[in-house]
Amino acid sequence: MAQRLLVNSSPHYRSGETTKTVMSDVVIAMLPILVGAVIFFGFRALTLTLVSVGACLAFETLFCKIAKKKNTIFDGSAIVTGMLLAFNLPVAVPYWLAVVGAFFAIVVVKMLFGGLGKNIVNPALAARAFLFSWPTLMTTYVKPFVSPALPIFSDPIFTNGGQVSDYIDSISTATPLKALKAGVLSDVDVMDMFIGNTGGCIGEVSAALILLGGIYLLCRKVITWHIPVTYIGTVALVTFIFPLTGGHFDFEFMLQSLFSGGLFLAAFFMATDYTTSPATPKGRVIFGICCGLLTVFLRYYSGYPEGASYSILLMNMLVLPLDRLTKPRRYGIGGGYHVESGK
Amino acid sequence: MISFNFKEKFSQESVFQNCDIDKPFEIEYNILGSLYLKAAAGKTRRTVFVFTETEVLFLAFSFKGGIHPIYNKDRTYASPIEELPAPEEVVIPLSQHIGAPCAPVVSVGEKVGIGQIIGDSDANLSCPIHSSVSGTVKAISPHWHPSGVKVQSIVIENDFEDTRNDSIEPYEGDFDDLTPSEIISYARDSGIVGMGGAAFPLHAKLRTAFDKKIEVIIINGAECEPFITADHRAMVEYPRAIINGAKLIMKCLGKTEAVIAIEDNKPDAIASITIIAEDSGIRVCPVKTKYPQGGEKQLIKAITGREVPPGKLPMDIGCAVFNVDTCASLFRAVSKGRPLTTRVCTVSGSAVANPKNLLVRVGTPYYELFDYCGGFTEEPYKIISGGPMMGSAQHSVEIPVIKNTSALLAFCGDEETFDEKPTCLHCGKCISVCPMRLMPNYIYMHAEKEEFGECKKYNVQDCIECGCCSYVCPGRLYLVQAMRMAKGHLPR
Repeated sequence: MAQRLLVNSSPHYRSGETTKTVMSDVVIAMLPILVGAVIFFGFRALTLTLVSVGACLAFETLFCKIAKKKNTIFDGSAIVTGMLLAFNLPVAVPYWLAVVGAFFAIVVVKMLFGGLGKNIVNPALAARAFLFSWPTLMTTYVKPFVSPALPIFSDPIFTNGGQVSDYIDSISTATPLKALKAGVLSDVDVMDMFIGNTGGCIGEVSAALILLGGIYLLCRKVITWHIPVTYIGTVALVTFIFPLTGGHFDFEFMLQSLFSGGLFLAAFFMATDYTTSPATPKGRVIFGICCGLLTVFLRYYSGYPEGASYSILLMNMLVLPLDRLTKPRRYGIGGGYHVESGK
Repeated sequence: MISFNFKEKFSQESVFQNCDIDKPFEIEYNILGSLYLKAAAGKTRRTVFVFTETEVLFLAFSFKGGIHPIYNKDRTYASPIEELPAPEEVVIPLSQHIGAPCAPVVSVGEKVGIGQIIGDSDANLSCPIHSSVSGTVKAISPHWHPSGVKVQSIVIENDFEDTRNDSIEPYEGDFDDLTPSEIISYARDSGIVGMGGAAFPLHAKLRTAFDKKIEVIIINGAECEPFITADHRAMVEYPRAIINGAKLIMKCLGKTEAVIAIEDNKPDAIASITIIAEDSGIRVCPVKTKYPQGGEKQLIKAITGREVPPGKLPMDIGCAVFNVDTCASLFRAVSKGRPLTTRVCTVSGSAVANPKNLLVRVGTPYYELFDYCGGFTEEPYKIISGGPMMGSAQHSVEIPVIKNTSALLAFCGDEETFDEKPTCLHCGKCISVCPMRLMPNYIYMHAEKEEFGECKKYNVQDCIECGCCSYVCPGRLYLVQAMRMAKGHLPR
């Protein structure tokens, strides 16, 4: 019998799940959010996302070429980073800003640290933080359903003379978070906030669609409940008990805090990033609670109205210590029904 | 409704032993459900174990971690055990158990009969090896062994006479009069080893267990590995041998109670064992279908809630676990005077044309089994002795079946997904499935950098190599390999 048999170490049986299937699940979970963004903000939301994803793929290919490594774009993680980066941008920003963000995310944050699985902070969030070097661009939020729609091929924010255009002045809006930070309730209806009919970044406005994607990820067991539930739960609890509107126990303030800003996107898609979140269930719970506390703290006391992205970036640094701290109890030692040895 | 005739099933049992069929059973599958529920209600565990009644209601009979692989047992779970015709030549390795290998006690050219001792050793941790055919010893030379090395083996040419020359006598008296030492010597003389896969000599286990205080005897019928249905069929087809063997073990260890654990995906096995085990002091405990439920430590945790401390034996916490097939072999040895020369082996896998459960003589080369099952549908890329999760890959089809070959699998390649560049995503799935509560991703990280001292801090020596972490890893890391390497390099 002339045959060549593979002899290797067990197990010889493996699930079909790979990095690629995980990443495609995340992309599938983000598609409804993208569709929602196109409905709210027009096709510029789609083109901006495509530019961001394309730039991420291009930079990763380029980096692998220069570093003489095998091209790693086929694992799909660059697509996820590109989409998340675009989701964290206001729809009116010029395309070059997305390209700069993609460069920072892929080259500086991810590839220079060793590529997928080796980065310390979340690439998309770090890029967003970096892009706040252009504060005017990053805080020009547009009302949903504007007419005429945002131009696709030109920069809507600045005129040729470098002045903020009248057009953008007429369609821009403050996010509900700004009102909340000032200690007053926003006049936007909570239901509108939940659906996404409000100003904000491309991917963060619709809590409903993010929830849909998040539930898909939970069902597919891509993420666990620990981080989203503890993160959102902590924010809910703290904003309910200590609202900025004065006094205590403000339910309306709590709901507006939950559904405005990037909390849901952060809790389901950013804080749950495998590489930059703890691997143990207990670690994830602590991570989620700390992210929630930091988010509220930053929202209340920092210069910007939003704190979700910075809270996650800060907690990213603590992933390794958190994992060590929450090492599972050793089997056979201290178990509930443990019987003394030698009995 | 499938009619399920126990009487007919029991008559097949004569292949193994002439058990009296005093109680004919005629049951139909529709009552299996109620029997199963009765067993599952938990009445089986209350008094012996440390759980309270309320806890029994809420706790699944399970452990933390584990996986639910695609079991693929449906190809063979309903096919009755068939006896494989004896091969023309058997190759019987002189090392088929944990412990000292045997030395040959026959010489080339000598005539031997079935059941005759052909290899033996004076060592405590060893047990004799018997001929599985009658014929002439052709050679005593090194041959390939399932473990991947060459081992001194005895080649016997079959004369197809099947003359017996059993090294032991059946016990004639009442089994109640047997003493523990008699049972232990039967276990040794008949060459019985742990049939679940570890191949630990039964007499050594019984002797250690006899010296320690055993509180719970667990008979392991979980059979959690995908593809394998050998124990499943054994429980359906000869429950009496299993129960009687378990009673012998109880007698030996001075206990009147035992638990037989069966995964709840084998309702017919649960039913047949429940019927036969009535009034025997043996309770049936259906355990949750989950891999590695049949692992010794996991099974003890599921049944008693106790955890075996690191570096300790199950006996140190008052538990002893025996495989169902081990029990049946012991009963055959005591009642019929038949040493262990055959075993049930599942032949399955995507490359096998007609998967079957076979009763195979020890020493039969693999190709005989595959030929009997219709050969290969396509060229296999991997042949595995044992289950797909913990079995070992084989390099040739001329290697013989030994005492612990519970399955022989031939895969054509769809069972595994590889990655050219394994990358850890830090997803934590390995941590959530590890039944030993380890952190495989961190152990891998340190093992890759050869920081074995760090691996020890993560308790790598506790790893049972069940393969759950490698199974789920989306990064396709070779986690079990890394663990094995780290264990081999642990600083003293």
